[in-house]
Amino acid sequence: MPLLEVKGLKTEFRIEEGVVHAVDGVSFHVESGETLGIVGESGCGKSVTAMSIMRLIPDPPGHIAGGQILWKGKDILSMPDDAMPDLRGNEIAMIFQDPMTSLNPVFTVEKQLGEVLEKRFGLKKEGARARAVEMLEQVGIADPSERIKAYPHELSGGMKQRIMIAMALMCEPDLLIADEPTTALDVTVQAQILHLMKKLQEKVGAAVILITHDMAVVAETCDRVAVMYAGRVVEFCDVYRLFEETKHPYAFGLLKSIPKEGLTKEDSLATIEGIVPSLIHPPTGCRFADRCFKARDRCRSEDPQLRDVGDGHLTACHFPIEEGDE
Amino acid sequence: MTSPILQVEDLKKYYPIRGGVIARKVADVKAVNGVSFDLYPGETLGLVGESGCGKSTLGRTLMRLEEPTGGRVLFEGKDLAHAKGKELFDLRAEIQMIFQDPYSSLNPRLPVRDIVIEPLEVHKMGTASERLDKVVALCRRVGLKEEVIGRYPHEFSGGQRQRVGIARALALEPKVIVADEPVSALDVSVQAQVINLMVELQKELGLTYIFISHDLSVVEYISDSIAIMYLGRIVETGKKETIFSNPTHPYTRALISSVPNPDPRKRRVQVAIEGETPSPVNPPSGCAFHPRCPFAVEACKKDVPALESFTQTDDPRHNVACIRKDEIEPHFKN
Ligand SMILES: Nc1ncnc2c1ncn2[C@@H]1O[C@H](COP(=O)(O)OP(=O)(O)O)[C@@H](O)[C@H]1O
Ligand code: SF4
Ligand SMILES: [Mg+2]
Repeated sequence: MPLLEVKGLKTEFRIEEGVVHAVDGVSFHVESGETLGIVGESGCGKSVTAMSIMRLIPDPPGHIAGGQILWKGKDILSMPDDAMPDLRGNEIAMIFQDPMTSLNPVFTVEKQLGEVLEKRFGLKKEGARARAVEMLEQVGIADPSERIKAYPHELSGGMKQRIMIAMALMCEPDLLIADEPTTALDVTVQAQILHLMKKLQEKVGAAVILITHDMAVVAETCDRVAVMYAGRVVEFCDVYRLFEETKHPYAFGLLKSIPKEGLTKEDSLATIEGIVPSLIHPPTGCRFADRCFKARDRCRSEDPQLRDVGDGHLTACHFPIEEGDE
Repeated sequence: MTSPILQVEDLKKYYPIRGGVIARKVADVKAVNGVSFDLYPGETLGLVGESGCGKSTLGRTLMRLEEPTGGRVLFEGKDLAHAKGKELFDLRAEIQMIFQDPYSSLNPRLPVRDIVIEPLEVHKMGTASERLDKVVALCRRVGLKEEVIGRYPHEFSGGQRQRVGIARALALEPKVIVADEPVSALDVSVQAQVINLMVELQKELGLTYIFISHDLSVVEYISDSIAIMYLGRIVETGKKETIFSNPTHPYTRALISSVPNPDPRKRRVQVAIEGETPSPVNPPSGCAFHPRCPFAVEACKKDVPALESFTQTDDPRHNVACIRKDEIEPHFKN
């Protein structure tokens, strides 16, 4: 049994213009200890998927309209509300692109960490402080007994993200969901944070869902990948297959549009022409059809389902990439 | 050899930090602290560095959108940094800028037509109908259909808005374009469209670009030569090939090895460099990189190393600001 299995998840938002089908039948799973990447361009539903798993969709305007989210076999969507805080803190933790989403600007780091330590572990003031200093040290913050007195705004983005990671892993969760954790950081700091996450993940034995728009970050850190497009998963496979035997034309185009080493201005970059379809009135059939170089009539009438095209490599496409496609 | 179209000499931009009740100046943020480089016609100079290193300030200062604290900016021999009145007005038309966030750089209350026509009106170019024809032609050239020129910025996607920004920048037929993170806010597939457009326009119009970016893979693709900045100074310059195959300054090396590779078989096992860029308010003494540098010795804390020619590579434009540049092991690309 996978640690987490998302089946046919649908999450919608009701806005003035109509209903946004932000996540529309998303399925994937995560095994214990592995790193799953969810990758796709902005607005494709990555964050909404994550917030649905945590049951943190703001209602109104949003609600989960269908599907199942099986956590160790039990459907999160049918758990009682009062079971959620425990699940969220102890079993599934989450960090965000902007650490200020979870850090309170008016309290010092010591107070914020201390509070969680006192609540969750029943530590008394002195004990909590010592443990907090130790945690900062563990996530590579220099001079932790001084730093702990700082307010969030006095810390760099990298340091705040380190603290978020420390807090998230404090309770040794089985799953850490990281939503674009390094997108706002400089590349040298990104490398440090990705490395730190990996190290602590191994220590705690947690699985990770890493949400990113950056294929290079996926290549660097993930075991398995779900590629999303317009509210759907279009390809789901191990990381090597995604990069070496890409099946979905969207994933294929996305990978080709990254400027690769050694390419010069004389070679023009591959592009995906056109724009993402509306999630309020999504087209019938394949949502990528208007931009797809392989599209045929069938693509516009029949919705491609996520299916196994060999050895557990899943794709939602009627005419997957074959050898020789360019 | 062709001569440079733009020569930047010891350019400085300091911002005062004020404190106390009478807001007396207590210190300076040396955002750009003595930057020199040459820009050659028809080429793209990639200006790279992490947030806060002074890239954008450098871009804005050399265009005179900010008053320089010191130094010269010679455009075809004329000093833009000290030009006044009519001379400044005319020089301004020669250098235009493209911004990262086309949304905040385009007036939301104006339709695209008026946004693109504005520089032509300011500079009194042609008759009203000539201007309008020009706008239509420009929009078409950057891939916007004629029927959209009456629309407002919010009706466009990010990529289309950047096309509007490009059309506006091209209106006065400038020779140099300073592009500050022009594709950083765009998704990769759209990013590729905008980069392709910029490259086509460069070839067609003979444009010279300063391409400011933190994204090394984009810079590697688009640039002919590269300048690496750290805390207000340039630490290394060279041809694109030199910088990527023979990065010499320890910071350049760290930066290049920190970029993840879009190939799962080329994962890095080690972190290239620890620590973060210190604040430019109170930068470290000597070589500002010394606290993070694996090669640092006592002498690095003393004097600011000059950007000097590095002769071990056969690139005449290869300059490195590091006192140990001739001693440290060559970098082997993995
Ligand atoms: N609170 C909300 N109200 C209305 N629409 C929303 C809300 N949150 C997300 N959406 C919509 O859901 C879609 C998916 O968004 P998101 O999951 O944030 O994308 P990603 O994380 O992949 O960039 C987008 O069209 C977005 O506008
Ligand atoms: S189903 Fe058809 S349109 Fe959709 S990605 Fe596959 S080939 Fe392209
Ligand atoms: Mg998101």
